[in-house]
Amino acid sequence: MKRAFPILAVLTGVLLSYALHQALVTAPTEQTMGDVQRIFYYHVPSAWTAFILFFVNFFASIAYLIWRANKADIVALVTAEVGVVFCTVVLVTGPIWARPVWGIWWTWDLRLTLTLVLWLIYVSYLVLRRFSSSGQTPLLAAVLAVFGALDVPLVYFSIWFFRTQHPQPVIGGGGSLDPRMLHALLINWLAFSCFAALVCWSRYRLEVLRRDVDETLALEALLEPRSSQTGISPTGRAG
Amino acid sequence: MSAAVIVTGLVKQFGRFAALRGVSAEFAAQRLYAILGDNGAGKTTLLRALAGLTPPTGGSISMLGTTDLHSVCGQLGYMAHPSLLYDEMSGMENLRYFARLYDVADCDCRCAGAIHAVKLDPSLTRPVGQYSQGMRQRMSLARALLNDPKILLLDEPFSNVDLGSAREMVSLLMGLRDTGKTIFVVTHQAALLEGAADEFVWMEAGQIVSRTPDLQPQETR
Amino acid sequence: MSTVASLTRATLAKDLRLEWRSKDAINSMLFFSLLVVVIFSFSFDPTAEESRQIAGGLVWVAFLFAAVVALNQTWAREMRNQVLDAYRVSPAPPNALFLAKVIGNFIFVTVLQALMTPLFIVFYNLRALGPAYQLPIVAALGTWALVVNGTFFAAMSLRTRSREIMLPLLLFPISIPALLAMVEATGAILTGEFSARFWIVLLAAYDVVFTIASLFLFAFVLQAE
Repeated sequence: MKRAFPILAVLTGVLLSYALHQALVTAPTEQTMGDVQRIFYYHVPSAWTAFILFFVNFFASIAYLIWRANKADIVALVTAEVGVVFCTVVLVTGPIWARPVWGIWWTWDLRLTLTLVLWLIYVSYLVLRRFSSSGQTPLLAAVLAVFGALDVPLVYFSIWFFRTQHPQPVIGGGGSLDPRMLHALLINWLAFSCFAALVCWSRYRLEVLRRDVDETLALEALLEPRSSQTGISPTGRAG
Repeated sequence: MSAAVIVTGLVKQFGRFAALRGVSAEFAAQRLYAILGDNGAGKTTLLRALAGLTPPTGGSISMLGTTDLHSVCGQLGYMAHPSLLYDEMSGMENLRYFARLYDVADCDCRCAGAIHAVKLDPSLTRPVGQYSQGMRQRMSLARALLNDPKILLLDEPFSNVDLGSAREMVSLLMGLRDTGKTIFVVTHQAALLEGAADEFVWMEAGQIVSRTPDLQPQETR
Repeated sequence: MSTVASLTRATLAKDLRLEWRSKDAINSMLFFSLLVVVIFSFSFDPTAEESRQIAGGLVWVAFLFAAVVALNQTWAREMRNQVLDAYRVSPAPPNALFLAKVIGNFIFVTVLQALMTPLFIVFYNLRALGPAYQLPIVAALGTWALVVNGTFFAAMSLRTRSREIMLPLLLFPISIPALLAMVEATGAILTGEFSARFWIVLLAAYDVVFTIASLFLFAFVLQAE
């Protein structure tokens, strides 16, 4: 398992380079939008990657609720953090793309809006994790993640119907995709997924180490005589 | 006499602060235990762990023969330093409501009985928030007695209570013990329980350091 | 089941009685709601035609702010004197407590809405061009959506720092589909241009999903230290 990490790192590096080349050089220039359209190869794969990460977060949270496994909680934390980052990429690239092409900064585009709501839900998830006392954080966070996941289909349908009532521009346009563009898109998605896996894995290991340190310190505090303990009140330390 | 409560290697940590550091003890039924010790010794944490309010970080608790504390919680009575009562309701109203939580039969009679037992007047309509501290303590004890619990967990029941009333509470507790209840009293006023408690349990730094049948002066102070 | 129902009733009765006795919470909240309506009316001063379009949004945002103030004090009485510990120690089913609080908040917020709505109608000269009978349905479903999640998140916030800001922070993102539905449905009914049926169904679905989720997960939140 240990050797897999450097292999993944190298693979990710290779894929990202290839994907960059595909997106910026190989893929054909779009007819109407020009080179600005190439942001599409960052905008869409980021969204898909974020959604997958949040999907994993949902299952990790359920796993935590059922088995109270520490590892499940760490997976949930990690996927939420990295997912928020990818969501941010989507929310930033969306307006950057929309402005020169359609002349507007924002539109209630289905993908963009869904991403915004997910971003809000998961930022509130991360805030909850930071603000709750350390003993209860995994449980409360898992509960919130379940609520968030239940919300997603409702968000989707509400935005979808909203758009039928109030027609809005669609970022990315409709219509079929040139096969070379599809190829570039999928390569970028693969590269981003590998990158996400790499970052999540690193973060996971970091968190495992951090918790190990905390546990060791706690164990030390348990075993040593009381007089050398710091005077932390038994109402728990925050964060 | 079979053990009412068995605690094995009980550990409770709040972050890096270890409130309980491996408490192991057996407590027989139908006894009055006085739990004594300095501030921060872990007395309140132990009581809260027994009440099921604080899940232990390690170790186990067996109460009335089972480790599933929730299944026997109907046979527990708990009292703490906050009154656990609604300030805006009268004593009787409070007890009538809390009796619903325990599905107590013959509600009014039982509530009035509990209030009488702590030497208060059930017909008092004053809201509990306007009681003196001592009266509030006694009403809080009445609430703990509502469900006729087999095990009573009392945290500082005598604080702010005048000496006469405290002595009455002690004889009440002795009477309850004689009817078969197991009573744990955390207190700083050890002298009140002299002659009443079956055993004095001394705690220090999250552990039980000694158990004595009568009150003896502690050497290490 | 019967214990849950009867305990819910008993808890609700107790809460309503206590609220009636103190009255200071409801009074200050009523005044707050009035202020919100006035401030909104100053800030958004549209023509009669425009007002029907945006009234849905205005009214529900105002209700949302009033609801948050009400929700923040849901558990205040239980936190004083640690009464919540008394619940946790007892064998009483936690869902009874939760349902009683949700219904209590529902009544509370509905009372606030009953004050705010006539004021909005007056300030904006509102008149429903669509089926007005649907408005109470939307109001009930929408209020339940806010209140069921709000009560749940209020309980979660008890275990966090910055309790008062935690509640809206958790509530608003999750409530977005419900808010959209409430606003669109109200707008549809007032303007008479669209049917509100889809939104009403969505609100009902939202209510069902989150009521079940809350009932399922409340025990976890209550037992959290």
